[in-house]
Amino acid sequence: MTTAAGSLATLLVLADGRLPAGGHAHSSGLEAQVSAGRIRHLADVDAFLRGRLATGGLVASAFAGAGCARTHAIEDLDFAFEVRTPSPALRHASRAQGKALFRAGRAMWPAPALHRPDVHQPVALGVVAAAAGLAPEQAAVAAAWHTISGPASAAVRLLGLDPYGVHALLARLAPDCDTIATKAMTYLEKSLDDLPADGAPLLDIGAEHHATWEVRLFAS
Amino acid sequence: MPHKDTDGTVPHGHGPMDPGPDPHAPLTENRRALRIGIGGPVGSGKTALVAALCRSLAAELRLAVVTNDIYTTEDADFLLRNGVLPASHVRAVETGCCPHTAIRDDISANLDAVEDLEAQLGPLDLILVESGGDNLTATFSKGLIDAQIFVVDVAGGDKVPRKGGPGVTTADLLVINKTDLAPLVGADLSVMDRDARARRGDLPTIFQSIAEDKGASQVAAWVRAQVTSRVAVA
Repeated sequence: MTTAAGSLATLLVLADGRLPAGGHAHSSGLEAQVSAGRIRHLADVDAFLRGRLATGGLVASAFAGAGCARTHAIEDLDFAFEVRTPSPALRHASRAQGKALFRAGRAMWPAPALHRPDVHQPVALGVVAAAAGLAPEQAAVAAAWHTISGPASAAVRLLGLDPYGVHALLARLAPDCDTIATKAMTYLEKSLDDLPADGAPLLDIGAEHHATWEVRLFAS
Repeated sequence: MPHKDTDGTVPHGHGPMDPGPDPHAPLTENRRALRIGIGGPVGSGKTALVAALCRSLAAELRLAVVTNDIYTTEDADFLLRNGVLPASHVRAVETGCCPHTAIRDDISANLDAVEDLEAQLGPLDLILVESGGDNLTATFSKGLIDAQIFVVDVAGGDKVPRKGGPGVTTADLLVINKTDLAPLVGADLSVMDRDARARRGDLPTIFQSIAEDKGASQVAAWVRAQVTSRVAVA
């Protein structure tokens, strides 16, 4: 299914890292891995982001595309994403970001669908994209981008990495975001059970440890 | 499939079942708690001020606190240890290494915390939102708070008011804290007073020492006046 693409500038508004949708306080699991000593250098961040994109990125991208295309089935989609998120801490983080995204979405593109209390972030992204007049593939690529842009920013803050090096990495990964979104779109007509369920157990475990820390800089 | 009555009609909301006018007064913007932001540099005494305000006001106002400290439970523990507020009335927000972002650019987590407190505790009169320690440029978004207090201390140097910055210049109340330390650190309070007046025009400034005044009585009086004037407007 191909839908007419919405405004590219509108897509930039939705995908902007300065969108006040709570993302700045989440590291997508990076803080836990930095603390464990598994991520120290730019090359480690490269591997982390590639892994994120191929697993959680594909799931998020597919659910964002589906959320945009199936605005009548949000609750089912939300449940399907819930059961793909084994870590309670990550479920909480995802819902908190979905709630924040709906808050921003209501201000930007008011729509009745945005008045739900809290929906998982990728599904919320799809619903907000639909309210903004964007197409499912645009929601899917925004979700793939969100998967890596948040932890990349966290890496700059946690590790003091050269921001040019990190953005060069993001530029290299941009075509991979397109590829993931294209792959995610192949699931658009699939049943909920057949949507991707790729995961990263170490990130799930790390998130559970992270949630118990007394001192943490990021919410997840 | 809608339920049908025995005469075949579908029940609806008019006629004898009409609920009539809503008996409740309309909700207004002022029904929610007054939100006061408390910001300022690291170590200037924000948490001590929050604790002092709780001590002074908890008996007369329904209040709660949101903290943005990186030690997520530290401030809450401080308030608990000092016996001024139960744990259920304190929420901590993580700020992702950017305390000013969480109170100014992306206020969503703080708004969630404020709304959760009101949802769980019922109507409140006052919510104090304490920022993480930051620098002189950090101020609260008007989308998050109704009024803000900026806290600096004499041990940070008596030049701080002259340096200005949005906190010192525009905060609804400037608090110059730890005046008891002035002689020890060589800070000239008259210089700070003169510079604060020059920077702030008619906006108020309070000099205080919580070591000498455990309830921060002048600041508490200012906060009380904010709550009262808002009720009068409502």
